[in-house]
Amino acid sequence: MDLSNTASATYIVIAAMTLVTLVTRYGGVFIMSFVPLNRRVEGFINGMSGSVLVALIVPMAVEGDTAARLALLTSLIMVLWLKKPLPAIAAGLLVTAAWRYFVG
Amino acid sequence: MVKLDIKGTWLGFKRLLPLSMFVIAFGLAFGLAAAQAEMTKLEAMLMSGLVFAGASQFAVLELMREEIPLLAIMITTFAINARHLLMGASLYPWLKEIPTAKRYGILTFISDANWAIAAQDYQQGERNLGIILGGGLALWLAWVLGTWLGLVLTQGIPDPQALGLDMVLGCFLLTMAVGGKKDLRVLVIWATAALVALIALKFLPPNSHVIAGALAGGLVGAFWLPTTQVKEAK
Repeated sequence: MDLSNTASATYIVIAAMTLVTLVTRYGGVFIMSFVPLNRRVEGFINGMSGSVLVALIVPMAVEGDTAARLALLTSLIMVLWLKKPLPAIAAGLLVTAAWRYFVG
Repeated sequence: MVKLDIKGTWLGFKRLLPLSMFVIAFGLAFGLAAAQAEMTKLEAMLMSGLVFAGASQFAVLELMREEIPLLAIMITTFAINARHLLMGASLYPWLKEIPTAKRYGILTFISDANWAIAAQDYQQGERNLGIILGGGLALWLAWVLGTWLGLVLTQGIPDPQALGLDMVLGCFLLTMAVGGKKDLRVLVIWATAALVALIALKFLPPNSHVIAGALAGGLVGAFWLPTTQVKEAK
């Protein structure tokens, strides 16, 4: 299913991406509306909720450069210390930018 | 009482404004990349406005060559954005209380950051859905504005990576994860999710690691139920 790269082809790509992404945005709730909510399903949902975050973050640390790892480590320490997200994020970025500037 | 009102939406908008400043920077990077991939301004703006999912948009730019592999683009988009399925599902106990049209209307604006805050809010007993809608609107505006700036400003833009901006979302999601409840059960769930995500990253098809890790964590959560009764919705 290859299209030649013409102006109208790009619009087809945008339409296709929009459709696929909307399916992902609506699909989870749509499927859940057929699943009866009981304690086990609730256990699954709240376990999955935190797991999405972990599954997004851990590969960033493993695949990232030293600066990326330092960003996450700094944010982690700062948020545990200050209990406030924004200063923790800012500190993480600062360390990353400094590392990339001075070390490379 | 679950509700969606203008006041809650405005509060949600304001809560996501600081992070939206960073989203503008990402949008700017996308606008630049889109221009370099020879997309027109209208095409790039339509893509950001309608798709509103940065990681998949960047990935698709890589795939746009002489011949456009439409099926590969759709599969890549689905794989990268499939995390929305899980995010939506996790909000179901909350969203089921409101009429169907509103439910899907709100979901149109679901994205990593407003979902992460909303999920944490829900655990803490918050029932106003404005955080998802308002926060999503702030992120959407920032993403579209950033894209436009990237298309218009073609020089004098600092490299986002040099400023550490590529790590904003990672650091943000990390602070959200740490903010929640932590006990042995949560730690085992997280460890499972991390391990499975890493195994998937190495052995499964590209972009499937988030789904694999999250489903594994969810399964542990389904079989190891919290000892104390889950707090009933107020």
